[in-house]
Amino acid sequence: MKTVYLDHAATSWPKPPEVSEAMVKFLEEVGANPGRSAHRRSIEAARVVYGAREAVAELFGVDDPARVVFTLNLTEALNLALRGLLKPGDHVITSGLEHNAVMRPLRALEASGVAVTLAPHTEEGDLDLARLEKAIGPDTKLIVLNHASNVSGVLQDLSGVGEIARAHGLLFLVDSAQTAGCLPLEMTANGIDLLAFTGHKSMMGPLGTGGLVIGPRVDLERFEPLVRGGTGSRSESEEQPVFLPDRYESGTPNAVGLAGLEAGVRWVLRQKVETIRQHGIDLTTRLLDGLRHVPELVVLGGGEAMARVPTVSWQLPGLLVSDAGWRLDEDHGVLCRVGLHCAPAAHRTLGTFPEGSVRWSMGPFLEPGDIDHALAAIDTLARKMR
Amino acid sequence: MSDPNQSVVLVYSTSHAIRIERLLKADQTPCKLIPVPRHLSSDCGICVRFANEDRSTVELLLEQTGIEVEGIKPM
Ligand SMILES: Cc1ncc(COP(=O)(O)O)c(C=O)c1O
Repeated sequence: MKTVYLDHAATSWPKPPEVSEAMVKFLEEVGANPGRSAHRRSIEAARVVYGAREAVAELFGVDDPARVVFTLNLTEALNLALRGLLKPGDHVITSGLEHNAVMRPLRALEASGVAVTLAPHTEEGDLDLARLEKAIGPDTKLIVLNHASNVSGVLQDLSGVGEIARAHGLLFLVDSAQTAGCLPLEMTANGIDLLAFTGHKSMMGPLGTGGLVIGPRVDLERFEPLVRGGTGSRSESEEQPVFLPDRYESGTPNAVGLAGLEAGVRWVLRQKVETIRQHGIDLTTRLLDGLRHVPELVVLGGGEAMARVPTVSWQLPGLLVSDAGWRLDEDHGVLCRVGLHCAPAAHRTLGTFPEGSVRWSMGPFLEPGDIDHALAAIDTLARKMR
Repeated sequence: MSDPNQSVVLVYSTSHAIRIERLLKADQTPCKLIPVPRHLSSDCGICVRFANEDRSTVELLLEQTGIEVEGIKPM
């Protein structure tokens, strides 16, 4: 059976072949612990990790690769930023479309005395910037927002929020899970102070890679690390160093994964993000057009292809999303994710809590024929329901 | 292994050492990453060795890029 992988919002697959090549090369030819010892293979391993830093910095238009701090994934990067920056008494603003990677750390911080506000959305589904700005008070420290919802795929207005953050002297933290690598995303142009990314989605790296890019407005002295330990630097001291990236990178890094991440990001840079974006728009347009032919079907969140990442979530009234997911896989080879997508807050905002949705998310190696295969599958499902 | 014709840039982080190495190589200024000599620092990391005659090139590069270093020391 032909299978079509429509779960790119969870992780991209396949990866460009260079990714596994780079990882095998690291294991077989380099293999040492980066930056710990000073022999040639340890130095070579450090060069590999630095290469990944450089590629990520280039992708986000950042001058100094040392500003790129690597973590296990985006969840860890968000935990680092939120728990490292917010203290009891502080106030933080976020949106109603966030993933649990933002909401759970915030709810835990709330219990320890951090005030949390969810900025509302307008009837049209856009973030209400005027009301967001009104929510800012004397204790507000940070705004945290995803660039695109992992449920609806709809983009949020980063530069608008970035301007507000600047005007009020707040830090701006962005969750780029769904956009980094498939949409142009410039850190300074959008007024972003902290950019959390995950390597294994559209950046085309392997699982277990991610990080946080830390902008110059962040005061490192007042930004606590999540983990402290050996960095290979300043070994005479028992205090955690204050410079980047070492302050936030203790312990042996996932150098094998980072070798793969560099290859993935270099592939993205060679293809050009704009070209990948156009391909995503084309596939999404084809998908949305096709879905309109199934009159019962409800697409979550407004917006044409231009206003979203290549992700479309839908419901077919009368069909449980779990049954839909099962039939799509078993009968049609369409692999996707159904349910709440780790984002109950977003489903509440979109009015689809607790039943959830079927999410189809696309990637750079998919072709129009794959979309047509998925559309034929839903047509069959809908017809059986009538 | 002291060497009167060479100096080293002492850096805070391995990342900085590698960045300096890449920039110098791109500029065709010979350099090598070596363990920090014990008499210069108690640290376990690496530093960038270069020939004394290239000192002004190295200093200019550090100034232009704003890379913060611990210092430049003769070997
Ligand atoms: C919007 C959003 N934020 C955060 C995450 C968490 O990413 P990761 O699982 O790589 O930590 C994801 C993906 O699962 C996501 O879609």
